[in-house]
Amino acid sequence: IRFILIQNRAGKTRLAKWYMHFDDDEKQKLIEEVHAVVTVRDTKHTNFVEFRNFKIVYRRYAGLYFCICVDVSDNNLVYLEAIHNFVEVLNEFFHNVCELDLVFNFYKVYSVVDEMFLAGEIRETSQTKVLKQLLMLSSLE
Amino acid sequence: MALKKVKGTLERVLDKNLQDLVRGIRNHKENESKYIAECIDEIKQELKQDNLAIKANAVNKLTYLQMLGYDISWAAFNIIEVMSSTKFTFKRIGYLAASQSFHEETDVLMLTTNMIRKDMSSQNMYDSGVALNGLSCFITPDLARDLANDIMTLMTSSRPYLRKKAVLIMYKVFLQFPEALRPAFPRLKEKLEDPDPGVQSAAVNVICELARKNPKNYLSLAPLFFKLMTTSTNNWVLIKIIKLFSALTPLEPRLGKKLIEPLTNLIHSTSAMSLLYECINTVIAVLVSISSGIPNHTASIQLCVQKLRILIEDSDQNLKYLGLLAMSRILATHPKSVQGHKDLILQCLDDRDESIRLRALDLLYGMVSKKNLMEIVKKLMVHMDKAEGSHYRDELLSKTIEICSQSNYQYVTNFEWYVSILVELTRMEGTKHGKLIANQMLDVAIRVQAIRHFAVSQMAILLENSHLLANNSQRNGICEVLHAAAWICGEFSEHLSNPKATLEAMLKPKITSLPGHIQSIFVQNILKLYGKILKAAEAKEDDSLKKEVHTLLQEKLPVFIQSGDLEVQERACSILQIVKYIMKLEEKGAAVADEVENLYAGELNPVAPKAQKKVPVPEGLDLDKWINEAPDDSSDEEVPGNTFFLTTEDEHRSSYQHGDESRPTYEPTEEELEKRKAIRKTEVEHNPHYLKDDGKGHKPRHKDAFDAKDIPVAEIDLSVPLHVPGLSSSDKYMVLQQKTEKAHKGKKEKGKKKKKKGKGKTQAEESDEDEVAAVHTVSTIVDAPEGMAGSDHEDDKKSGDVYKALDINLD
Repeated sequence: IRFILIQNRAGKTRLAKWYMHFDDDEKQKLIEEVHAVVTVRDTKHTNFVEFRNFKIVYRRYAGLYFCICVDVSDNNLVYLEAIHNFVEVLNEFFHNVCELDLVFNFYKVYSVVDEMFLAGEIRETSQTKVLKQLLMLSSLE
Repeated sequence: MALKKVKGTLERVLDKNLQDLVRGIRNHKENESKYIAECIDEIKQELKQDNLAIKANAVNKLTYLQMLGYDISWAAFNIIEVMSSTKFTFKRIGYLAASQSFHEETDVLMLTTNMIRKDMSSQNMYDSGVALNGLSCFITPDLARDLANDIMTLMTSSRPYLRKKAVLIMYKVFLQFPEALRPAFPRLKEKLEDPDPGVQSAAVNVICELARKNPKNYLSLAPLFFKLMTTSTNNWVLIKIIKLFSALTPLEPRLGKKLIEPLTNLIHSTSAMSLLYECINTVIAVLVSISSGIPNHTASIQLCVQKLRILIEDSDQNLKYLGLLAMSRILATHPKSVQGHKDLILQCLDDRDESIRLRALDLLYGMVSKKNLMEIVKKLMVHMDKAEGSHYRDELLSKTIEICSQSNYQYVTNFEWYVSILVELTRMEGTKHGKLIANQMLDVAIRVQAIRHFAVSQMAILLENSHLLANNSQRNGICEVLHAAAWICGEFSEHLSNPKATLEAMLKPKITSLPGHIQSIFVQNILKLYGKILKAAEAKEDDSLKKEVHTLLQEKLPVFIQSGDLEVQERACSILQIVKYIMKLEEKGAAVADEVENLYAGELNPVAPKAQKKVPVPEGLDLDKWINEAPDDSSDEEVPGNTFFLTTEDEHRSSYQHGDESRPTYEPTEEELEKRKAIRKTEVEHNPHYLKDDGKGHKPRHKDAFDAKDIPVAEIDLSVPLHVPGLSSSDKYMVLQQKTEKAHKGKKEKGKKKKKKGKGKTQAEESDEDEVAAVHTVSTIVDAPEGMAGSDHEDDKKSGDVYKALDINLD
């Protein structure tokens, strides 16, 4: 995985996790490009887009676009499932998550991301385990 | 003192926490940057405080701002302070900020080494966890070197939570610090058999990523992975392992053979699409490597193709896309199996999603045959007309041309049809492939002799209507077609029915609005046509025609002399001089048409692509020696106007190298030739604008159409497609073909032989199709220096990058 991006329809970034090094202005450019590419596509289009020399696997949930940028050779459907897994965990964790939850508790979202993805790979796929960990982490606060 | 404290508390009460910040930003949508600048100032104040809670709060806010795109690298030191706090929440905030904003350039990273080490060995597993998390984002070679050992010990920790993290981080460590791979590798192997499935899958992940780049080092692990594959039920792990195998099979064909069995089982049994897709991909990879032809692998291919068909027929766009993608991989090696699904692919062409259409296009490339080429191309043209995005249209256009021209036009039976297709394509608006079309026209005209007559007549019509095409010359690829048209008319002018009319068309003043290189072609070809006309006129002893032509040229050529492009100027001047000269000679009564025509004698063949490189260097020639003495920086590179034009005679000699030539009354001696050559060479070296013409490669200058040139790109915007009278429509050929097909169906058994020259292909491969006779033959003669075997395969090795460093033998 090169990076994970959560954007809303207007293009505001709700979460950006980079697994590869980019300069700041490169990051901005990437964000804008991803937004431009992903918002034009409606339901009739596939969930995979070729983007520079990578691939973007994305899924739209209400007003949010969850995008994962992977290598061309990676299996698309795997990451699509990973996105869905991630969103389900978020849902459980925040109890019917909405966009505002992500905005106000963004550091918690980051910890969820870190539980499920690490160093560019999928780390944990079992939702129960992830939720257990997160509960323990939040009890420490 | 007490006042200070009170003040401090007050301030703390008023401090914004994260929620306030976010709310504030949302409320201040109009003057957002101003509000944020205020907030940043406040944050700077807070950071100066000693209280860690305040600092942590500030860092939290900074992280949020960073996500919005503001740079927070100035706070790096403060972030480290927060990271070093003992309270877990603060520490986590610090690490989060670090992972977002630190990168290799951050100077303060070296301060973090010890702290991270301490965190990693802490008793609290969450501390170490968060440290590992953060580390993965900002690890540098120094950090990697120092911390590699600690991470390795963590891999054997008692808690699976930590083991997992440590294993995954090792990958990043390896990328930064490859020497760590060798000692860490045995531990990594152990993790593959770890009781906890999470750790196991983490280890599989890491090894898969490593193996993808340097597969041969990991072949020894193959049996282990095999066992894992057959025993594991976790889909995620399976997918990774299968992908690993597809990377390994090119190196180890026996592995491939063993794999087919379990893979086909999996394909049959699984219901997960992702797993299915991965298996199919791997099977294809395996079959590519054992292309020696085992009987039972055709069954596997059939299975794959079947499954892919199901994927493509599915209504879910994603599956369709993946199915098409995999099919195109099969197409590369087993085109026959895919051909049966042509109808499905054609259907996909009508899909609404552009990426699916592009994939289907790619597949079509391998599916054309003589019979359906016309239909397919017609369909593509219809698409092009109603295509929305110009990118897609360009793709279509280039693909169409590629399909038609593959393997020396193997599938094009009727070249008249093809030429008319090309002409129709020129009417396509706004495309940047004008050059491609032009190339094709030139190619066809040169190589297919029989078609020249037709091509020339079409080109002549194009020229006459060139004013329509020359309108918008900013980003225009269509102009390039005029380039081809002019050249074809000039070169094959014997087929022109009315050379004088074409000459007039070429001299129209509108031409001057075309880009420079096109104008120069025009001027060049004007001379060729002129020669032709002269010859005809002389044969008929038609003096009045000669006079007409002369006056025409004398009137119109000066326009070109005033052109801004140097090439055009040069050529126009030289031609004008020739014309004046010839007129003088005419008055004296000498017949010069022959000589003029001899300027262009000799047939031009296409040059093989690597011919220039293959020319053997003649002995005794040292390419690195200066030809003359080293040129001193002479300041007369900008040659003043007069002397420039006086040297046109030398330029003649260089331009017309490809033909025999002799000036009518002026025979230069050997020495003078040598002297002129030397003068010219120095001239050439000094003149920055002169386009060098190598004597070796037989590459006449206007053949540069085959090389990439900088084309001034221009926009053409024709809202109404042109209907130019006289240009034939491609439809009539299709109808013609269908009629002849019906007539020929009865004669199928008579076995028509194909008359293609120079083709190695036998009929056996196409035995199941009707043999459609080629109407025209394609010449495959290509210019090349002697002894050139075939084109080289020059691999361009990509630069090594990090993964090469990981290429260590691990046994």
